[in-house]
Amino acid sequence: MELIFEKSVKGRRGFRFGNSDVPTHAQVPSKYARKDEAPLPEVSELDVVRHYTHLSQRNFSIDTHFYPLGSCTMKYNPKFTETVARLAGFADLHPLLPQLATGEKLTQGALQVLYELEQWMCEMTGFSAFTLQPLAGAHGELTGIMLMAAYHKAKGNAKKKYVIIPDSAHGTNPASAAVAGYETISIPSNKNGGMDVEALKSVVNDEVAGLMMTVPSTYGVFEPNIDEIAELIHSIDGIMYYDGANLNAVLGRCRPGDLGFDVMHINTHKTFTTPHGGGGPGSGPVGVNAKLEKFLPISRVIKKSDGAYALNYEYPDSIGYIASFYGNFALLVRAYAYMLMLGKEGLQETADHAVLNANYITAKLKGPYKLCFDRLCMHESVFSAGLQAQRGVHAIDIAKFLIDQQIHPPTVYFPISVSEAIMIEPTETESKQTMDHFVQKMIEADELSKTNPLVFKEFPKTMPISRPDEVKAARDVKTSFFLPDAT
Amino acid sequence: MDIMDHYLYTKEHEWINIEDNIGTMGITDYAQSALGDITYVELPQQDQEVEQFEQFVSVESVKAASDIFCPMSGRIIEVNDKLEETPALINKDCYGKGWIAKIEIKDLDETSNLMSAEDYRSYLESLDH
Amino acid sequence: MLAVMGLKSIDDLFVDIKPKYRPKSFDLPPGKSEHEVLRHLTELSLKNNVHLTPFIGGGYYDHYVPAAVGMLISRGEFYTAYTPYQPECAQGTLQALFEFQSHMCALTGMEVSNASLYDGGTALYEAMMMAIRMTGRHKIIMDGGVSPIYRKILKTYTHHLHYQFEETPVVHGQSSREEIQKRLDKNTAVVILQNPNFFGAIDDFTDIVEKAHAVGALVIVSVYPISLGVLKTPGEMGVDIVTGEGQSLGLPLNFGGPYLGFMCTKKQYIRKMPGRIVGQTVDSKGRRCFVNTLQAREQHIRREKATSNICTNVSLCALQAAIFMSMIGQGGLKEMAQLNLDKAEYAKQCLEKIKGLQVKRSSPTFNEFTVCLSKDASEVAGRMIEKGFAAGFPLGCYYKGMEKYLLVAVTEKRTKEEIDGYAKALAEVLA
Repeated sequence: MELIFEKSVKGRRGFRFGNSDVPTHAQVPSKYARKDEAPLPEVSELDVVRHYTHLSQRNFSIDTHFYPLGSCTMKYNPKFTETVARLAGFADLHPLLPQLATGEKLTQGALQVLYELEQWMCEMTGFSAFTLQPLAGAHGELTGIMLMAAYHKAKGNAKKKYVIIPDSAHGTNPASAAVAGYETISIPSNKNGGMDVEALKSVVNDEVAGLMMTVPSTYGVFEPNIDEIAELIHSIDGIMYYDGANLNAVLGRCRPGDLGFDVMHINTHKTFTTPHGGGGPGSGPVGVNAKLEKFLPISRVIKKSDGAYALNYEYPDSIGYIASFYGNFALLVRAYAYMLMLGKEGLQETADHAVLNANYITAKLKGPYKLCFDRLCMHESVFSAGLQAQRGVHAIDIAKFLIDQQIHPPTVYFPISVSEAIMIEPTETESKQTMDHFVQKMIEADELSKTNPLVFKEFPKTMPISRPDEVKAARDVKTSFFLPDAT
Repeated sequence: MDIMDHYLYTKEHEWINIEDNIGTMGITDYAQSALGDITYVELPQQDQEVEQFEQFVSVESVKAASDIFCPMSGRIIEVNDKLEETPALINKDCYGKGWIAKIEIKDLDETSNLMSAEDYRSYLESLDH
Repeated sequence: MLAVMGLKSIDDLFVDIKPKYRPKSFDLPPGKSEHEVLRHLTELSLKNNVHLTPFIGGGYYDHYVPAAVGMLISRGEFYTAYTPYQPECAQGTLQALFEFQSHMCALTGMEVSNASLYDGGTALYEAMMMAIRMTGRHKIIMDGGVSPIYRKILKTYTHHLHYQFEETPVVHGQSSREEIQKRLDKNTAVVILQNPNFFGAIDDFTDIVEKAHAVGALVIVSVYPISLGVLKTPGEMGVDIVTGEGQSLGLPLNFGGPYLGFMCTKKQYIRKMPGRIVGQTVDSKGRRCFVNTLQAREQHIRREKATSNICTNVSLCALQAAIFMSMIGQGGLKEMAQLNLDKAEYAKQCLEKIKGLQVKRSSPTFNEFTVCLSKDASEVAGRMIEKGFAAGFPLGCYYKGMEKYLLVAVTEKRTKEEIDGYAKALAEVLA
């Protein structure tokens, strides 16, 4: 398909701002002026609408396809949350207004949303305070690790320099710890997919600042020895970090704060169904217990004795500003609306059905595909295409087969500690019929791998493109229309 | 897996070929095959001083990035800048045109920390198990 | 379904969560109907005042967004998709991001762009870290004209990392050449500038770039995209890394987010740039297509050695900006920028007639400028709220000693009538 730049016709306009109604005409002094006009495309409104509508049709999405992308929680995004986010009273609100002297009263509704959302999150997770500011899950992780660092600094724990991270963790965990100035120690998993407590004991010493854990883990396994682990880490005054990527599996069944964790982040696009947007914007609120509360970023939203909401910047121990404002508000308001609608029972049910659906698919597929940990799983499970790979059909080939079946493939090759990994997360919003169809297609893929393994290299056949040359993309860098093509 | 008889090897799959006190180095056939199609090589600086087993180069493929460690201490006297344009030379000819850098060796005794071709061959066999 | 697993109840699925791990409390209200939720949130939204006529900016502006932009990004195929891990069924998102990158290059005059970062402030932080990695140096020269919000963010992220921060003052509205030159040395990693700066002044940084390069330091400039419809581009100035806040490119104000961070650089530095990057390639049949590329820089491969911990970009916001830029096009951008210039100039002329108000004219501006009042600006802004205006941003909030200064923004949306009314109200408050 042509680029919008290739549809450009000299002088064509899609939009006019209209004539100026002021009598002045200002000129930028030539020293400060750009030489040539910015070469944006010159197209009509219809050109733009058709172009981007056609582009949208080249995507698989939750609205159009089953999307069991493990670890990403691709559940349905209810439409009323979109209506809520677009209310003019939210969408048109300038973020600097509450920073004016009497400005808080101009934004009481928005501040109430933030305040109440924090209260809900505290109750759901067992923490004493939240900041909604982090702009994505990884940003939340970084914030959490900075809180950990602030704690150790305040306590005079000068020796702390390591953060322990299981090998099954998302790559953001070690990267976030490193960005915050820590070195990382990787811990292997045991044969049940849990943490190898003996291996952990062997590395825990007073140089360890904390431990980052995803619960349930990316293997879809709930760590049975959490209390023992928490005790061990706390015995050296370490901080227990809960990566909330998989919180959706345990809502109402347990709370990170009760389990002995000190800090966590929530991915609202996973657990609270804010849209994934083709890869963001995300939102990564961070919760803490009393130990870490005074270090939270500023500003913080408070409720005054007269019932009015306000921003408070007076926290001398705070780590400071981590974002420009109060978080990705338009996503937070969606999450808030979603929680209000579901309420206590509804939220618990999301976890119940997410786990039920994952176990259903797991039970149906564990013959043809090798299940990494043969036990009940939580919200997702990890298979290996090892058997199929022996026939020459790899996880990626099965993924491409599924695309031709109009199914978005599961996550493949993650966790990196499993070879030929296929990680399936159906989510609670999918019906039995949809899952049965998926299971049937997975079984067909297995059958086909026995009878005609070579045919997989041709998949996908029904898409506008097939098997892009990623090596060429990385060697002959062309990342803009204006860069010359490699010769 | 190709192994050059008179070269020396590291456990991280780098090779070095020593002539007088000049060492030419690169990565082994095993390493290039494990990495797959190499898309980029971040080369060291001319005249840079490196320690034995210090990371001094990184090599990228589509799905991986690997650190390359210098087999011996010394000063970099030449880098293979052809790799900037054509990183695939490492895939095509890792012991020849795909060399990475030449160093002026500081201490020839450090060769005792390296493997001979024969030792490297048995080391590779041990990895397969 | 339970029978398939040989289980009797849902509770059996959760046996791994031992009784001792059960919640101590889960005291939440019962659910509500869609109608109830909408009514409640509509009520809350009405407690926010969005009816003040805005003359407030500070980096976040009330620009017009063509209707088509909102309609197109509301397509579920875009907003309910995720990161394009499987390029065959994500060419829509991938091509749109490639176009976004191209738009940003057109705007900034730079060679390459990434596919977006969280927001303008965090993008500037990422750029600073990139410059530190590239130079191996630890001294940062930060111009006082860079947004105070951004400067606070940078300090939070680096205060434990032992970098040397040196802030240079703004003199007559512009960056002080003398103060920057004095501090530039072989330890300097980067000079960080902003155009227009927080006070609204525009500048040409070509001379600073030359001096920085002479000592091996890099230059980052944070820009306001709409101003690039008329202003000299960072590309023309020889700047190394360009970042900015893309809210003005078709995004609602949204009470602070989501916004759109962007980053552009020279092609030779692309492998040092953080964030997702989409590249063009061909498929197995030779057809042009787009993929996430240079991923070896990223956290899912490099883990603790990655260029950044960033996982996502803000795809949907980048798409929004790409559609906006396509809609207004080459001519529209210039027209829009010119309208901002003209209306701001008109506002200056109106305000200058007011007793007790002085427009700072020491340097040229784009659509935002500083005025000095005879009274406390914060108090004046409060009085102006009563008259129906968000009068601007009182600089005393972030700059000590500037309690009487107000930062005033005038976009293309402000009419002559609104500007006249604003001047009249301000005259009354200052009288």
